[in-house]
Formats: sequence, structure tokens, C-alpha cells
Amino acid sequence: MKPEGLVLINNEGLRTDGRTLNDLRKTEIILGYLKHANGSVYYKQGNTKIVAAVFGPSEAHPRHLALPDRAILRVRYHMAPFSVEERKSPAPTRREVELSMVIRNALEPIVISELFPRTLIDIFIEVIQADGGTRGAGVTAAALALADAGIPLRSLVAACAAGKVDGKVVLDLNDLEDKYGEADMPVAYLPTLNKISLLQMDGKMKVEEFKEALSIAINGCMKLYQAQVGAIRNKYTLEDQG
Amino acid sequence: MSITPEKPIISKIMKDNMAKLLEENKRLDGRSLTQYRDISFATDVIQKAEGSAQVNIGHTKVLVGVKMGTGAPFPDTPNQGVLTVNAELLPLASPTFEPGPPDERAIALARYVDRSVRESEAIDLESLVVVPGKLVHIVYIDVYVLDYDGNLIDASVLAAVKALETTKFKKVIRENDQTKFSDELVPLPLKERPVSVTTAVVDNKLIVDPDLIEEQAAETLITFTFTEAQDIVAVMKNDQGFISPEQVLEALKISIEKARELANKMGWWEGG
Repeated sequence: MKPEGLVLINNEGLRTDGRTLNDLRKTEIILGYLKHANGSVYYKQGNTKIVAAVFGPSEAHPRHLALPDRAILRVRYHMAPFSVEERKSPAPTRREVELSMVIRNALEPIVISELFPRTLIDIFIEVIQADGGTRGAGVTAAALALADAGIPLRSLVAACAAGKVDGKVVLDLNDLEDKYGEADMPVAYLPTLNKISLLQMDGKMKVEEFKEALSIAINGCMKLYQAQVGAIRNKYTLEDQG
Repeated sequence: MSITPEKPIISKIMKDNMAKLLEENKRLDGRSLTQYRDISFATDVIQKAEGSAQVNIGHTKVLVGVKMGTGAPFPDTPNQGVLTVNAELLPLASPTFEPGPPDERAIALARYVDRSVRESEAIDLESLVVVPGKLVHIVYIDVYVLDYDGNLIDASVLAAVKALETTKFKKVIRENDQTKFSDELVPLPLKERPVSVTTAVVDNKLIVDPDLIEEQAAETLITFTFTEAQDIVAVMKNDQGFISPEQVLEALKISIEKARELANKMGWWEGG
């Protein structure tokens, strides 16, 4: 139930955090955030904060999970107990089990897994603060960590949500908008291939609103993709060698 | 943790045959691209349950039982009854289903059925409150997959809603600060009958209601759930692989039409 008097979009069309309907939250990317992981990133989108790490490709254990023609991906999406208002038990919830699967499904098409048969690539996504859009942020962060680990990719993938709040279609919902809005729709998009690898919706939207939400979500993903590319260039472009 | 599963191997001859037929807009079992398999259903199949229904789509068989209970509401929704959905992919339904607690596929299925029922506001949850914040009715939906031949989501959503429609239960009534069960059975108040439609992308063609072989050959699957007023209440791209934005919109267009057809078959959304 929406608390009485809570206004998510004011008369000037601004949202609770001052954004317009089509604004993404500010992002911050620190590649190589962790020392021991093969690839890692600290990713911040508004107040949603994620640490993601990639290990591998390494020998698959247990052995029977290995596939003869490709690497397998193992994805864990996990929320820290302190990442939300009420402490969350650290044991995996049904939501986390589902999200681990949809995030893996969003990443499968980008990894050129046939290059590393019989191996395992581990992708760990820790949500250290949740303020809406964590599955999208998890996908965006995981793609960065995969790139940072030097794993060959077909494309990067960026993800963000669009949805419906106070009757209007908006981009990149924060926690309040997710809780008290009418619909939330995370989308993961591969800009170089024009493909969607994650699409979920939960809430209620008219067909026209769905189309609009899909289109602004894809635009949002394009912007995040540019941020991803920028961060990777920043870290890996060699200094001018004269 | 979610691990890449082994993809079932389809023989090359089968794959080639499927591709060749699809080029002519035909399918292995003779259906058109937008044709569902035969759908049949039975209700009140489990007398011990407050509501039940079995839906068969082709060889896919899903049985849903609804049990009613009482308990405390969630703290953040003191004025609503509780809805919980569980799904079991029974080992007798497929060689790929293992005994044991629900795996990620079962959890994803249960959560999709939950979203379809909850977001469409199918059940009048507010009418299930006895004492606000203290005592409410709980609706338990258990999805039992008996035979898996593709398109579990659509069969499960149809069976769940059909089972809810047949649910009759003894309501808790309050009299002078005392609570007791009503003598008469009352029907569960339903406001909406949501319907889902699943489309598969195979060789860049969209086909509705994929059977098992088509699911295995599919690049990916996408499901939409609609209300009678054509609101979209749940969407899920399922499985590995990807889909273009244009294909999403095309699948949406087909699904809107198919949803009405399915609903009519179940005796819903008449006169639309």
C-alpha cells in the first residue's frame, strides 16, 4: 500500500530523487576492484551498489557438471543482510534463486563459451545496497567483470529497468518507485547485436505503455553500454607510447 | 547458484526437418505457427482440496490444487489475505526432473504463476481479512506438473486460475469477539481471470505453444500474461539465448490474440 500523501512524480514532472522521467541514475564504475578475482568491478547506480567478481575459466568441479563442448557458467546473485531496510537472512531466498537463473540466462549469450570446453566460469554478484534495479545492475556489473577477466565476449550487455509510476512510464526505477509504482520491467540489451537477453515485467501496463517502456529501457541500456565501454577503455588503453 | 544445464541433444535430421517445415510455415506435428495444441481441462478433480483443476495442453499435464488456511498477514499488507504459490516438477513428468526440493526451474515457474495471479488482482485479497493485521485467510496454490511436453507456464497459469475459480471454503466469521468457521462453503471471490501465452523463437520464426522438441530447439521463449481488459500483468523471457526487440513486439501482438482464444476455451472473457 502506498503511504498517504507520497508523491512519486511532482507537478513539474520530477521524481523523488530529482530526475526527469527519462533520466538514468548516476553510475560509477571501478574496474578491478578486487585483488584476487580474475575480473571484478564495483558498480554503483544511484544508491544501488554492487560488487561483482569473475573467476575462471577453471577446471569444472564437480566434474560431472562439465560440458564437452563449452564452458559452463555458474552465477550467484546474492543480497547482503544489511542491503535492505529489514535485515535479510543471508540464506538464499526463492527470489535470489530465480534471479541467479535469469541473470545467468542474460549472460549466456554474450560469453563465447565454446572456446573453453569442460571448464567453469564463476560469476558472483553481491548486492551490498539495494535501492531498486538490482537485477539490471547485477547484469551490467557482471558483464564488466567478465570483460575485466579477459573472457572473450560476443558483445557487452547492459541492463536497466523501465516501468510505470504514478501513471507515467519512467526509466530506471529506484526503490520507492519500485515499491509503490504500478510496474517494473527489467531489460538486458546487447547493443552491438540488437538483441534482448533478459526481459521480465511485474505489475500492470497497457500494451502501448509496454512498448514505450521497452523503447526507453533500450535507450537506457545504450547509455549504460557507453559507460561500460568508457570504463574499460579507461583501464585498458595504454598510455601514449610516443 | 545457477549453473548452465546440459542442453538436450536433438538429432540433426529432426532439426533440419523442423527448419525446412518452418520455412513453409509448418510444424512437425502439423500445426500452424500460431496454433495451440488441443486443450482440455477438468475441475474438482481432488475432493480433499478446496479447489482443483487439471489442464492438458497436448501431452503436457498440469494439476493444481488449492488449499485454504488461516494465519497472520504480512506486516506490510495487514488488510490483505495471503497468497502463496509453489510448483513441483515431479520426477515422473520428465527424465530431466529430479526428486528433491524445487530447483530454479520450479521456483521460476511458481513465481511466474504468482505474478500472473497477484498482479492481475485475480483474487479479492481484501475480502479474505478476518481481523486486520492479525488473522486472514491464506490461499495456497500448488502446481503439480504430471507430464512435461513443453509450455509448462501456460498450462500452469490456466490450471491455477481454473482451480481458484472452483475454490469453495469455510470462511472465518467474527461474532462478539469470537471467531468460528461458517457452516456454509463460500466461493473464493475472483475479480479477474489472467491468461498467459508463450511464444518460442525457432530459426527466427515465432511459434506459439512450443512442445518439448520445439522448446529444446528454440533460441529462446517469451511469455506474456494478460487480463481481460488487455493489460499486461507479467512478462518473462525464459531460457538462454536472446530475442530482438522487433520479435518481442511481434510476439506481443500474436499473444494478445491468442490470450482471448485461450480464455474463451476456458469459458472466460466471453463477449469480447
